[in-house]
Amino acid sequence: MAPLQPDQLAGMVQMIAATRPDELTCDECFEQLDRFAELHLAGKSAAEAMPLVKDHLDRCGDCREEFELLLAALQAEGLRSE
Amino acid sequence: MAERSNQEWLDDLQGASQDAAVVDLRALLLRGLRYGMASYGVTEADLEDFAQDAVLKVLDNLTTFRGEARFTTWAQKVAARVALSELRRRRWRDVSLQDLLAEHENSDFTPAVLTDPQPDPGKIAMQRMMMDKIQRMIAEELTDKQRQAMAAVMQGGMPLQEAAVRMGTNRNALYKLLHDARQRLQQRLLREGLTPDDVLALFAEG
Repeated sequence: MAPLQPDQLAGMVQMIAATRPDELTCDECFEQLDRFAELHLAGKSAAEAMPLVKDHLDRCGDCREEFELLLAALQAEGLRSE
Repeated sequence: MAERSNQEWLDDLQGASQDAAVVDLRALLLRGLRYGMASYGVTEADLEDFAQDAVLKVLDNLTTFRGEARFTTWAQKVAARVALSELRRRRWRDVSLQDLLAEHENSDFTPAVLTDPQPDPGKIAMQRMMMDKIQRMIAEELTDKQRQAMAAVMQGGMPLQEAAVRMGTNRNALYKLLHDARQRLQQRLLREGLTPDDVLALFAEG
C-alpha cells in the first residue's frame, strides 16, 4: 500500500474511530433502503429509526450513491402527482 | 395511469394484466431514472436499457418484496442499483487494479511544511513519526488483501463493486474485509494507547 498522505490519514482515522462491531453489509443495507428512503422523505428521522443503515451509508460510497439516486428518482414521482 | 396499491402491483405483474403492468412499471422507473440521473451524462437509450433491466430484475425478485415500503419505492431502489452498477462498470472498465495501485505507489509523504506558512520543525518531526507508526500498524495488522483493498478503495477511489470483481470476490465480502481491517486498526490503536483524536489533533491546522 502506498504511503498515506496526511489528508487521507484524517479520513482513515475517522473511519477507524467510527467502526462498530455490528455493521451491516451492503446487501443488508440495501434490503432496508426503501423503508429508510421513505422515512427520510416523510421528514421522519430515518437516521434515528434505522441507525445501522445510516452508519453504513456514512461509510460506503457505493451504497450512498444508490441511496441518493433513489431519493432523486422518488422525487420525480412526487412532482408528477402535483 | 391509475395508482396501484402494493397488492395490486404484485397481482397485476403476475396475472393476466401483466403486460399493462409491466409497461406502467417501466415508464415509472424510466421517469425516475431520467430525473435522478439528469447530470450523469447518460443517454436516453441508456436510461431505457436501465429501466428495462430493472423491470426484469423486479419480476425475478417479486417474492423478496417485504412490503415495508411502497412497491414503487422498492422497484425504484432496484432500478437505482441496476443503473449505477452498469455505470460503474463502464467508467472503470479500463482501469486495472495494478494501474490504480501503481498510480499512488510513488508518492512520498508530504509534510505539513509545504502548506503551513510557519512550519514548526518539532511538529513536523512528530507528524512523520506518527505517519511511520500508522504505516507500521497497517503493515503489521492487516493482510495483503486488506491492504490492497484499502489502497484501491480508500486511496484510489475505486467503487467497492469494481474492486471486488478485480479481487475475485463480491461487494459484501469486500465490505466485510475492510470492516475487519478497520476493527484490527481500531484495536491496535487502543493497545498503543492512542485515541483517534490524539492522531487527528497532531495533523490539525495551527
